[in-house]
Amino acid sequence: MEKRVKFKGIWLPILLVLPQILITAVFFFYPAGQAIWQSLFIPDPFGLSMQWVGLGNFEFLLSDRYYRASFVTTAVFSILVTVVSMGVALYLAVLADRLVRGSGTYRTLLIWPYAVAPAVAGVLWLFMFNTRVGVVTWYLGLLGYDWNHVLNEGEAMGLVVIASAWGRISYNFLFFLAGLQAIPRSVIEAAAIDGAHFWTRFRTIVFPLLSPTTFFLLVVNIIYSFFETFGVIHTITSGGPQQATTILVYKVYSDGFVGQDLGSSAAQSVILLAIVSLLTVVQFKYIERRVHY
Amino acid sequence: MATLTLDNVKKSFGKADVIHGISIDVADGEFIVIVGPSGCGKSTLLRMVAGLETVTSGDVQIGGRRVNDQEPMDRDIAMVFQNYALYPHMSVFDNMAYGLKIAKTPRADIEERVAQAARLLQLEAYLQRKPRELSGGQRQRVAMGRAIVRKPAVFLFDEPLSNLDAKLRVQMRLEIKALQRELGVTALYVTHDQVEAMTMADRMVVMNDGIADQVGAPLEVYANPATEFVAGFIGSPPTNFLSAEVLGRAGDARIGVRPEHTRLSEGGNLTARTVYSEALGAETLVHLKCADGTQVTVRQDAASTIPREGAEVGLDWDTANEMRFDSSGRRC
Ligand SMILES: Nc1ncnc2c1ncn2[C@@H]1O[C@H](COP(=O)(O)OP(=O)(O)OP(=O)(O)O)[C@@H](O)[C@H]1O
Ligand SMILES: [Mg+2]
Repeated sequence: MEKRVKFKGIWLPILLVLPQILITAVFFFYPAGQAIWQSLFIPDPFGLSMQWVGLGNFEFLLSDRYYRASFVTTAVFSILVTVVSMGVALYLAVLADRLVRGSGTYRTLLIWPYAVAPAVAGVLWLFMFNTRVGVVTWYLGLLGYDWNHVLNEGEAMGLVVIASAWGRISYNFLFFLAGLQAIPRSVIEAAAIDGAHFWTRFRTIVFPLLSPTTFFLLVVNIIYSFFETFGVIHTITSGGPQQATTILVYKVYSDGFVGQDLGSSAAQSVILLAIVSLLTVVQFKYIERRVHY
Repeated sequence: MATLTLDNVKKSFGKADVIHGISIDVADGEFIVIVGPSGCGKSTLLRMVAGLETVTSGDVQIGGRRVNDQEPMDRDIAMVFQNYALYPHMSVFDNMAYGLKIAKTPRADIEERVAQAARLLQLEAYLQRKPRELSGGQRQRVAMGRAIVRKPAVFLFDEPLSNLDAKLRVQMRLEIKALQRELGVTALYVTHDQVEAMTMADRMVVMNDGIADQVGAPLEVYANPATEFVAGFIGSPPTNFLSAEVLGRAGDARIGVRPEHTRLSEGGNLTARTVYSEALGAETLVHLKCADGTQVTVRQDAASTIPREGAEVGLDWDTANEMRFDSSGRRC
């Protein structure tokens, strides 16, 4: 049955959705429109004049070695952040789901990282891994490992991935836990009676039944790793070393506001926008239908 | 196919004692129904047999083997749940084949056994459907199918029919019983519906608050209830209970008489006022109230004259049909 509220007249509904529409218009449609407009020009660094170049900015970008490298970096970064944050969250959720007593405390503790702003999280991790005074660096040194993410590209990537994934685990955990608790206990019990041990049950029953949650989180996490990780990258590596952690959104910033190439920056924003729109469409049209039951 | 023995089985959840010591010997191929009111511990008892709950004390034996510490999968049982617990993302075929696949049964064997079960349960046309595309009765059959393809030693049923409408329940009741007889598998069947218990059981266990008040064949339990609780729980409408005082007798025993053994008469054992009557077609139930407020029901042939509401009538019965219970509720 469908629950619907019927309004008399048109003004109340309009009034109710107006704030949302205004916010979307001011903070999304207007800047997005501006980005599309700007991507067709090359302005001078002082913003005094603009020169029409059509799709020139895009042509230049797509043939730019560094831009293509940034695509690969973004792909690697997104996949790692998504896999790490979802994997750890799922593991913790499975443990919490089995726990009967004390799961409340456990849950509360796990939710805290979500409340930490990405930039602050970045600083926290930066302190721990600081090449000179970081506590983790010091312990790694004791073990004979010389940690230096300022110079080592792999270590830099590792650190921003961990810092970004860490803040995401809470969010994913909550969704996974809710998903797990929505699976009827008797279904799991039936599988146990049918002879399935824990791992088999997880693989053949639990995971497939969780797939709507998993696919939802997959898209949300990829989009998160595209954008909201900006703060983490900015505080920890500023995109370095040698642009090893310059993901697309960071390049928009560094080319636009540091390099003062506003036309290229705007074109990059438009490309990002297109990618995210595509991801969202894929989620709604394709994946949602393929998800089990 | 196996015997099943419960030996002084007890269960506590933390400090709460739920099962206070139950012993039953189930013969090979026997159909035992556990019946009792909601919350009396029927499901808990069944789940201990299944291995889904630990046994606090006492022994559970299947086929003469103590299984207390065995996992559900090692006990050679199959269970049908109240909500069917089908795997929602699998087809009917896969639901039934799941246990066999895990046991690494050869593919041809699986197909044959599922096909056989599907034929038995008239599910052949639905093998490729998902559970959500089936009616309640068909889902119930799939749950049955999943239980029988594995050829277990013992079937466990936890109120498998309570989600079906009345008509389907009657039909499935017969089908389950016929199936169990045909397969000859020992069965433990939990229900709170006394009609199911009466019609399906070889022997029934009447449970009351964690205790088995009586174990016996349905008609024997009906004719000879061991406790006041059993007399009140088995039989519809329930037995009339009257205190010795109302009947003007000495002692503190309570007297139970079934509605069909109670007669309306001139004089008799006591008088009561008619409150209302329900005409059910073949019979009429007359509800009366005694002077002290005790409710009494009399089952009358529809052809007999029914007193109008508010009329004073006498109640009578044969002493042979009287059941006497002492103050602790036991038969005396
Ligand atoms: N996991 C548990 N923890 C604590 N108490 C429990 C648990 N499971 C059951 N109980 C309690 O044990 C008692 C018996 O429960 P059980 O489910 O066996 O009743 P039942 O006879 O099957 O009732 P119904 O006919 O309503 O299904 C109830 O009082 C219930 O509250
Ligand atoms: Mg129950």
